[in-house]
Amino acid sequence: MKILVCISKAPDTTSKIAFSEENTKFDENGVQFIVNPYDEWYALVRALEIKEAGGGQVTIITVGGAGDDAIIRKALAIGADDAVRVDSEAKDAYYTAMQISSYAKENNYDLILTGKETINYNGSQVAGMIAAELDVPFVSLASKLDVNGSTLTVEREIVGGLQVVELNAPAVISCAKGMAEQRIPNMRGIMAARTKPLNVVAAQEIENLTEFVSYALPNAKSAVKMIDPENMDELVELLHKEAKVI
Amino acid sequence: MILVYINSSNGISKSSYESISYGKKLGDVIALTNGGASSDDLASLGQYGASKVLVDRKINGDDQQQLTKLIASAVENNSVKTIVFSHDLVGKSVAPMLSVRLKAGLVSGAISLPDAEGCVDVNVFSGKALGKVKVNSEIKIISLLPNSIQPEENGSACPVEEITADTGSPSIKVLSTKKPEGEIPLPEAELVVSAGRGLKGPENWAMVEDLAVSLGAATACSRPVADIGWRPHHEHVGQTGVAIRPNLYIAIGISGAIQHLAGVNGSKVIVVINTDPEAPFFKAADYGIIGDAFEVVPRLNEAVNKFKAS
Repeated sequence: MKILVCISKAPDTTSKIAFSEENTKFDENGVQFIVNPYDEWYALVRALEIKEAGGGQVTIITVGGAGDDAIIRKALAIGADDAVRVDSEAKDAYYTAMQISSYAKENNYDLILTGKETINYNGSQVAGMIAAELDVPFVSLASKLDVNGSTLTVEREIVGGLQVVELNAPAVISCAKGMAEQRIPNMRGIMAARTKPLNVVAAQEIENLTEFVSYALPNAKSAVKMIDPENMDELVELLHKEAKVI
Repeated sequence: MILVYINSSNGISKSSYESISYGKKLGDVIALTNGGASSDDLASLGQYGASKVLVDRKINGDDQQQLTKLIASAVENNSVKTIVFSHDLVGKSVAPMLSVRLKAGLVSGAISLPDAEGCVDVNVFSGKALGKVKVNSEIKIISLLPNSIQPEENGSACPVEEITADTGSPSIKVLSTKKPEGEIPLPEAELVVSAGRGLKGPENWAMVEDLAVSLGAATACSRPVADIGWRPHHEHVGQTGVAIRPNLYIAIGISGAIQHLAGVNGSKVIVVINTDPEAPFFKAADYGIIGDAFEVVPRLNEAVNKFKAS
């Protein structure tokens, strides 16, 4: 099975979030970048497991500048066969999805996997957009994926519950927790990653349907009010009269 | 015209009323849904501002491609300029597909109405910051985060019109569905009681559930607790679980790791109960109680019951 895994660069989950240029840009100063966890732990690792069980090829793709090569090498070290970087800043989800779709159209994949969202923009947009552009079925928030020939059996989250569905490849699937377990790259993987092919392709002209015009940090919380553990009537009173939530 | 898509597969939820109320602030609202919800339930959307409800009975909503075609045809037939979704499973799957089909910019996870410049606030960086998004296309799609606005009841029941759209045959076959059993879906809950490893074992959750029942709250848990199987995965809130923004979040025996906070920092009021005064969660809390959950939680439950009875 020929699998394309879409990965995105994201700030490490413990990063301090700040903005520069009058709050119009994310301040990358001192930020450690990682492969977006949903893309890495769930989409990439499950793709590798499918390949290990039934053969095939796992290609990773990202849209970004040369600064993204470090996270691409990380994904290659985990086990992807080769990588594609569309050489352009990822302007918005639509722009990113159209770049990936354009590459995917030329290269006929059986399966395209993404994480359920990125931890920086949390949009859950790119996967559905790729599916729509390629006109193939889309299953979102998948927690299990089994492949049998070209038949895909997918367990997906529905509100408060789960649903198992069946469909035929080609398809796009966004991956959530449950899909696979995180893999730590070993030394052999890291060495091998250095020489795996990284194909840099030029970006297509795509219009910007949306743009982030500015960012802000949430208002600082006022100091916590400590309450005597013996006096829960006081807490209930405060929740009712002061916070007005009950 | 504003088109609001309503997911009525589990009946009409509070987030549906929120989406209608949101749409009403932007213009005249038509609601669109599919499946078997009763016409009386659907007509209730009029009380929140829908002028009519369109329903396609033959589509069950399990196939995202079919839903996308249904919504696109309603957009074309009603010269719709803005489409509103609730940022649930449909908002996260069908809204992006529709965005491509209509070449309409999508704002996902909106938490505000458009401002004077048409910019909408969204949560970014897993709730650690806000972003202002501008949509450049003529048709706009907004996927609204639950609990971002209060539903406003100001009208009366509206007509329900059955439609059929050409949506082709489904490409996804459902083998089995495990539906929620009458409980409040976590992302929509206004009050949430959540517990973590501090509870020491799954057998100790009765007091958490008792408190939730007394308050009319949903229950949630931290990641370690879901990982070791003490609680079901759909209760896990945090960066890799569900992100919620209830009016009240009570965290019991949860230390407050940054990944957990990312899922709950949109909560209006946070109460933290922990034995450890150094627990980082206290920094994000509005009210803090340093104490043993096994004593504090039953006491709080008693106080809530007393309050409810008064």
